[in-house]
Amino acid sequence: MINFELSQEQKEIHTMAMKFARQEMIPKASEYDQKSEMPLEILEKAWSLGLVNTCIPTEFGGTGFSTMDSMIITEALAYGCLGMNTALMANDLALLPIVIGGDDVQKKKFLTPFTESYKIAAFCLTEPGNGSDAGGIKTSIKDGGDHWLINGQKMWITNAGYADLFTLYGTIDPELKHKGISAVVIEKGTEGIEIGAAEKKMGHCCSDTRSVTFKDVKIPKENMLGAPGDGWKIAMKTLDHSRPMVAASAVGGAQCSLDYATQYSKERVQFNKPIAAHQAIQFMLADMATKIEAARLLVYKSAWLIDQGLSNTKIASMAKAFASDSFMQVATDAVQIYGGYGYSKEYPVEKLMRDAKLIQIYEGTSQIQRLVIAKEVLK
Amino acid sequence: MNIFVCVKQVPDTETKITPSGDGTFIETSSIKWIMNPYDEFAVEQALLLKAANAGSTVTVLRVGSTQDTEALRTALAMGADEAILVEGQDNLDSYMIAKSLKGAIEKSGKNPDILFTGKQAIDDDCLQVPQLLAQMIDMPSVSVVVGFESEGGKVTLKREVEGGALEVYEVNTPVVVACNKGINTPRYASLPGIMKAKKKPLQNLSLADVGVSGDDRRVKYSNFQLPPEKPPGKKFDAMDEGKQAEIVAEVVQLLRNEAKVI
Repeated sequence: MINFELSQEQKEIHTMAMKFARQEMIPKASEYDQKSEMPLEILEKAWSLGLVNTCIPTEFGGTGFSTMDSMIITEALAYGCLGMNTALMANDLALLPIVIGGDDVQKKKFLTPFTESYKIAAFCLTEPGNGSDAGGIKTSIKDGGDHWLINGQKMWITNAGYADLFTLYGTIDPELKHKGISAVVIEKGTEGIEIGAAEKKMGHCCSDTRSVTFKDVKIPKENMLGAPGDGWKIAMKTLDHSRPMVAASAVGGAQCSLDYATQYSKERVQFNKPIAAHQAIQFMLADMATKIEAARLLVYKSAWLIDQGLSNTKIASMAKAFASDSFMQVATDAVQIYGGYGYSKEYPVEKLMRDAKLIQIYEGTSQIQRLVIAKEVLK
Repeated sequence: MNIFVCVKQVPDTETKITPSGDGTFIETSSIKWIMNPYDEFAVEQALLLKAANAGSTVTVLRVGSTQDTEALRTALAMGADEAILVEGQDNLDSYMIAKSLKGAIEKSGKNPDILFTGKQAIDDDCLQVPQLLAQMIDMPSVSVVVGFESEGGKVTLKREVEGGALEVYEVNTPVVVACNKGINTPRYASLPGIMKAKKKPLQNLSLADVGVSGDDRRVKYSNFQLPPEKPPGKKFDAMDEGKQAEIVAEVVQLLRNEAKVI
């Protein structure tokens, strides 16, 4: 009944994605991190090999990956660089609402161009005053007769400075709370979009994060996903897909941290033997490896549930909370094993520790995940 | 154009190698297999040639065990059209491999216009199969090729020789070309490529199908061992000026008679 083995094809996908991570991403990760610049060339190469926009269905030009396949890809890309993976994963996050809530005309119009050339998308949910409390968003979507009129400000928007397309959540009436939330697609160049300055961040430095202000932005009526008020449903379904993906990225980062720490512990000699021969280090490595294995299984199960057409809300939140908290602990321990060298930017683990922190925050904080889990447990 | 590529599956370079219990080969049970890196250049060159000659097909051949078909599947995912696997153990000698490849080419029903290989496999480093195969199928062969141009029935090949110099060969096809690093940059197998590869034909043949038996073995493996551990380096204290001439003489003597490098 239970089979933990990846299919032959999934093994090949893993091998290929890891090869890309090792050969294209890792050698450049530190450089782009330190200059806080989007490595567009690497991202485009990833796209050309089919590693990006894995959520697009085959009918609209996608490759036809299962959710499980995309977990394998995301883990590998995050192993290469968390920042680059964020830039790539944000595309899926912004396109998923179209896959989930769009009709065929919208899917063809908005998704297919992403399969024809490397394009960038941005997901606009969070606002300056509303993060975890997403139900209270203030950005307004008003019926202007033959168009929708958008006004409001969005915060911490990944890819904003480069985006060809924005998926935005706003409300048709704040009084309606969740029932007023609606999702629309806004194309680049639409009048009234103001892109803020790039945020200076602790980690994921090579990804682009900005505020975006929408001032009297007019969009065609047919750019709304589903009916007015369908936004919350679409957002929740999107999260069921995207949380496992973010959890998979935590597993990739944690695995990378463990691999560095393991290798270093065999090379570093103290008291006349490699530090790996000291039990104090061995116990740390054992705990790190165990957390990663457990997190990966949660990720796989949460993806498997989607592929079976079953509800994964509880397991997806478990995966997201456990994997991101584990990544933070594993990366911190990797720095500890490296000692003084671990704190230096000359070595790779300090970046992993900075990058880990964000995974506990974005796509629902670890605390919000626990609220979701508790709600499911108490049902 | 019928383009053929021969690939070998070798242990990943990071694999820890241990001799098998009876010493006739290495332990293969826990090895992660990859395509021989020099063969990636061969596959890439075949695909480039195919792209330049509409209607061409690329057939990939491999001789070895079936426990993992990584190398052939990678070649198909990179863009080769079909594959033939001759099932045999992984410890066949170069002669048996060359003869198996010859048999597989005959079984394919196609006459190769050009046949690419890597210049050597990184596991046994024999550097023999391309030349043996060329002899058996009566084709010229050029090895260590770093430059390739094709026009009409002719190819111009650049070959690396000692000292970084290049030899240039103009050869009529059909020809066996054994590729070296530098000839091209192998492409990645794209994810859509991996998905498409599943549907491409992969033919399985036995050694008997290609006319090879145990009698063809020319090299018998009997005593695989790990190389002896390196003894620690010798240190000479030459700080005392009075002793330097004496120490230099001793070092020269050791380099000549013990290390045998001068």
